[in-house]
Amino acid sequence: MEKFMLIFHGGSDVAPEMRNPEAMQKHMQKWFEWVEKLRKEGRYEGGEPLEPRGKFVSGPNKIVTDGPFAESKELVGGFFIINAKDIDEAVALTADYPDFIFNGKVQVRPIQKMEM
Amino acid sequence: MAAQPDKNVQQLVDHLFRHEAGRMAAVLTRFLGTENLDTAEDLVQDTLLKAIEIWRFRGVPDNPSAWLYKVAHNKAIDWVRSGQRQSKLLSAQQEKIKSTWDLASASEGLFHEDEIQDSVLRMMFACCHPAIPLESQIALTLKTLGGLSAGEIANAFLTSEETITKRIYRAKEKIKQEKIKLDPPGLYELPHRLDSVLHVLYLLFNEGYHASHSDTLIREDLCAEAMRLTFLLVQHNATSLPKVNALMALMCLQSSRFAARTGDLGEIILLEDQDRSKWSLPLIEQGLDFLSKASVGNALSEYHVEASIASIHALALNFEETQWDKLLNLYETLSELKPGPMVSFNRAIAIGYAKSPVAGIEELQKIDSLKEHYLYLTAIGNFYLLHGNTAMAKISLEKALVKTSSLQESELIKRKIQKCS
Repeated sequence: MEKFMLIFHGGSDVAPEMRNPEAMQKHMQKWFEWVEKLRKEGRYEGGEPLEPRGKFVSGPNKIVTDGPFAESKELVGGFFIINAKDIDEAVALTADYPDFIFNGKVQVRPIQKMEM
Repeated sequence: MAAQPDKNVQQLVDHLFRHEAGRMAAVLTRFLGTENLDTAEDLVQDTLLKAIEIWRFRGVPDNPSAWLYKVAHNKAIDWVRSGQRQSKLLSAQQEKIKSTWDLASASEGLFHEDEIQDSVLRMMFACCHPAIPLESQIALTLKTLGGLSAGEIANAFLTSEETITKRIYRAKEKIKQEKIKLDPPGLYELPHRLDSVLHVLYLLFNEGYHASHSDTLIREDLCAEAMRLTFLLVQHNATSLPKVNALMALMCLQSSRFAARTGDLGEIILLEDQDRSKWSLPLIEQGLDFLSKASVGNALSEYHVEASIASIHALALNFEETQWDKLLNLYETLSELKPGPMVSFNRAIAIGYAKSPVAGIEELQKIDSLKEHYLYLTAIGNFYLLHGNTAMAKISLEKALVKTSSLQESELIKRKIQKCS
């Protein structure tokens, strides 16, 4: 098994359909179900939400600027760490990601291993 | 890889978001002033979004409601502070807050359970203010207190989302124009204002109960919402008057029949054909309990009479053993309290069963304004059928069939027509 990071871009946060409390609750329920499924299969290692605000520190002068600058539909809302055999299987595990209907995107990145 | 504990899928209480949206909107509006109702609703929306953003990764906190209130409270304080910085639109409320040493402690009290209930009640009185047109009162109540979206309300009332949005807009404009505040109504206004609230809740319930909407879920939701809000009035000392208990009784008794009212295919089952074992006994008992609480003092409201009518049906072992004489008396009283063609119609039906089908037909024929209505035509047809005049029954029922637009109603009438041959 290898570890992968699933990085979630955009999605329900900006969807106009999410102006309805009942629909919002139902949508969140789909996330719970997805996480539970991954957990049961021993795939889920953890995940965290990210605040939409933050800072960039850059250059030799360590200049601090406000960020991120991505448009809200590209903004990273959080990430999962999951276990999968290879990248194809990791991609397959995103099938139940609930935010596809809101044009959300999942970036699937293998976590580098320490080669021995 | 460490084995994860096999936790069940997290599950929130049904409609938690919707119900808490209504409660938070009421509290925030009380905090920010009714002129900032839109802002209060936006802050509620932001709060729920925040919950989704975090809970989907972290799971539901131990006390989800408290979590939501905390976030809503913080968002409201941030909004007021940013408003003060820009010295924009300082309402009297904000002036008051500014003078207190700590904004947070000034508003925190509003989020205690008693105060939340109180805010919701005040909000109900504001939404159902007599200065607001009735259909806007209904739409605003559902939107703001019920947490329903304009789309959902439109769906429930079989109208367009645009129409509902306009109604809500009109209600909010009225609140601004008339400077309707979330103050508790004074002792002198209370009876009048309460009548207005009860009327909206009654209509809401009826819309859910009687509308020929194909989606049973939506209809049950409307009824549940009306009952939830009426129950708040019943629980509160200042508003737990006999007529409020009477309305609560009516709702419990009517909704006790929900499961028996529709068949597996969504077809309507009339009272006479319902499987009475499907009636909810707990709801009937609660209804009778509220009805006895309503029977103090000597003020008789239409809700008392309607609840008593519903209780007669609830207590009848079968349709034939219904106490039609008592029902007839109650309909006589109701037609004095609330004269109208529908009450006359129901009174005529009671006459038909209490006396004879012919007497029922004669009484029905006196009601001019309903002559083209499918319910009227079906009732006439039914009494002809009971009288044994199948030819006349068929004529009425076939006319009724043309007049109904509801699929379920048509099926019902067709089944009656089959009995005519």
